[in-house]
Amino acid sequence: MKNPYLPLPMKLVKNFTETEDKLIHTFTLQFLSEEDEKSFPYMPGQFAELCVFGKGEAPFGMASSPTEPGFLKFSIAKVGVVSTALHLMEEGNMVGVRGPLGNYYPVDELKGKNVVIIGGGFAFTTLRSLATYMLQPEHRGDYGDITVIYGARNPGLLLYKEELAAWDQNPNINLVTTIDSAVDGWNGRVGFIPSVTEEVAPSSENTYAIVCGPPVMIKFTIPVLEKLGFPANRIIMSLENRMKCGIGMCGRCNVGGKYVCKDGPVFTRAQLNELPGEY
Amino acid sequence: MIISKKDIPGFLDKLISEYQVFAPVQEGSFTLFKPISSGTDVDLTAANTKLPAKEIFFPQSEKLFSYNVTEEGAKVEETLDEQKKVIFGVRPCDARSLVLLDNVFDNDKFQDPYYLTKRANTIMIGIGCNTPLSTCFCTSVNGSPFDTKGLDLLLVDTGDAYVVEVISDKGKALAEQASLAAAADADKIAAAKVKEAATVTCQVNIDGLKDKLDVNFYWPIWDKIHEKCLGCGACTYLCPTCHCFDIVDDAKDCNGCRVRNWDSCAFPIFTLHGSGHNPRTSNKERYRQRIMHKFKYFVDNFNEIACVGCGRCINNCPVNLDIRVVLEDVRGSEARLDS
Repeated sequence: MKNPYLPLPMKLVKNFTETEDKLIHTFTLQFLSEEDEKSFPYMPGQFAELCVFGKGEAPFGMASSPTEPGFLKFSIAKVGVVSTALHLMEEGNMVGVRGPLGNYYPVDELKGKNVVIIGGGFAFTTLRSLATYMLQPEHRGDYGDITVIYGARNPGLLLYKEELAAWDQNPNINLVTTIDSAVDGWNGRVGFIPSVTEEVAPSSENTYAIVCGPPVMIKFTIPVLEKLGFPANRIIMSLENRMKCGIGMCGRCNVGGKYVCKDGPVFTRAQLNELPGEY
Repeated sequence: MIISKKDIPGFLDKLISEYQVFAPVQEGSFTLFKPISSGTDVDLTAANTKLPAKEIFFPQSEKLFSYNVTEEGAKVEETLDEQKKVIFGVRPCDARSLVLLDNVFDNDKFQDPYYLTKRANTIMIGIGCNTPLSTCFCTSVNGSPFDTKGLDLLLVDTGDAYVVEVISDKGKALAEQASLAAAADADKIAAAKVKEAATVTCQVNIDGLKDKLDVNFYWPIWDKIHEKCLGCGACTYLCPTCHCFDIVDDAKDCNGCRVRNWDSCAFPIFTLHGSGHNPRTSNKERYRQRIMHKFKYFVDNFNEIACVGCGRCINNCPVNLDIRVVLEDVRGSEARLDS
């Protein structure tokens, strides 16, 4: 019987301050052996329980893509005991990783379809994983047009700035970035995600929308997508609830009878329409 | 088969030499399941133990593994309890609760080795209930005072002796090893009479309850029903089917262990996000979750009600919030208060 509670020790090789407010760091973790890496086969949208020994563990979505071998990346805001301890960690320290957990974005179902990825704030992590996965040369041909709409309060809060700059020049992806209010030196769009989506989203025909962001963004973006003709089964969302075990046993992350950790975190809008709004 | 009451201590002593044996033991004003070191420790006079036998398989606090972190890696050592156990004197409701919990700890994707190892290595000897309490309602939730689910052997108290019913192969092997005598026809008749005489007087009508819960999540009934509840969580800690837990580290420097502790959906922090957002903001949402989980979500997922009718939550609630009344109110709920 495989013990799902045991963490895999991994080495923190980079603790990078991702945003200007310094509250989000991106952690690059290296597997200690090839065997360890083989024991962690994951897909975009999945998450892991990341632990600082002595402090505890907490769930975070993988920001890296399985197409990037050798390491895992997590972008984590400093909010609680575990995340604060992580922010203070030095490169070379050991952490524990337990997973991969949860389901993933339906990369097979998306084949032959156009995809619009809509992200807000630092919920962009697993969306980055998905976009990176689809942009990989061996996968890119499987998908139609890829559009990414990504917003943050200000330019300094955008994650993965170098990568965004590269995507901006990449003909294989249509990137639209937006910030909440104008600042000097910003050449992208200004405005909230829902209105920008209404303006720039591709036709809903043969297209899936993948949405991840703060509750208020989701609340106003879903009606826009519905207005644009996206049916509920082609609006895909990734949920977050407080979790502990990550394996459907500890009882706290349920939305109705579904556990976000085990049955999610990826759900279609159609699935969520059948469940109470406890998330 | 049959065993005379005076032979019980000897029977248990033999088991103790081979197994870790748990049985109801008097502790102050409570009866609790404890590991016993002598067959005379057992006390089968109480209607039921204060805490269910669940804690033997899923302790209130349980070490999952210990670790030692170095510069090269982390040595993680799991701590599995593989000791062979016998639970003696468990009531049918509590035995059945474990069958329900098996669904959770052995789910469609993951297996919990801590719980399942203990389950696999344990023999369950139950004792039927000749005189159920006024708060017992097992027959309303698919149980009965002599239910055999989750048991390997069932004892029926016929006065001076227990008639032993063999339920499983494990139970059969144990009974044969203990060389229990065959029950005479008269004993079998006496046992049948006891079983027939045992009546659960309390009936809770749950007809149509699930149909209501399928549609009444947003109905005003939930605004009312929780008002008396203090959110103390006593019902969840005493419930034989509650399984929520928290996972924490207990460590000093590089050495430590990870532990899981019982937790409760009655507590606000249970679902509190790091951002400060809480999907269950008030006692209303939390109490609704408790009822929904047991009588709707568990039914949807496993086709079973997650309540065995033991009555502990009724007997121990500090404000006398009675689940039987709650269920009746929910069953009668309407979409609008004034309709």
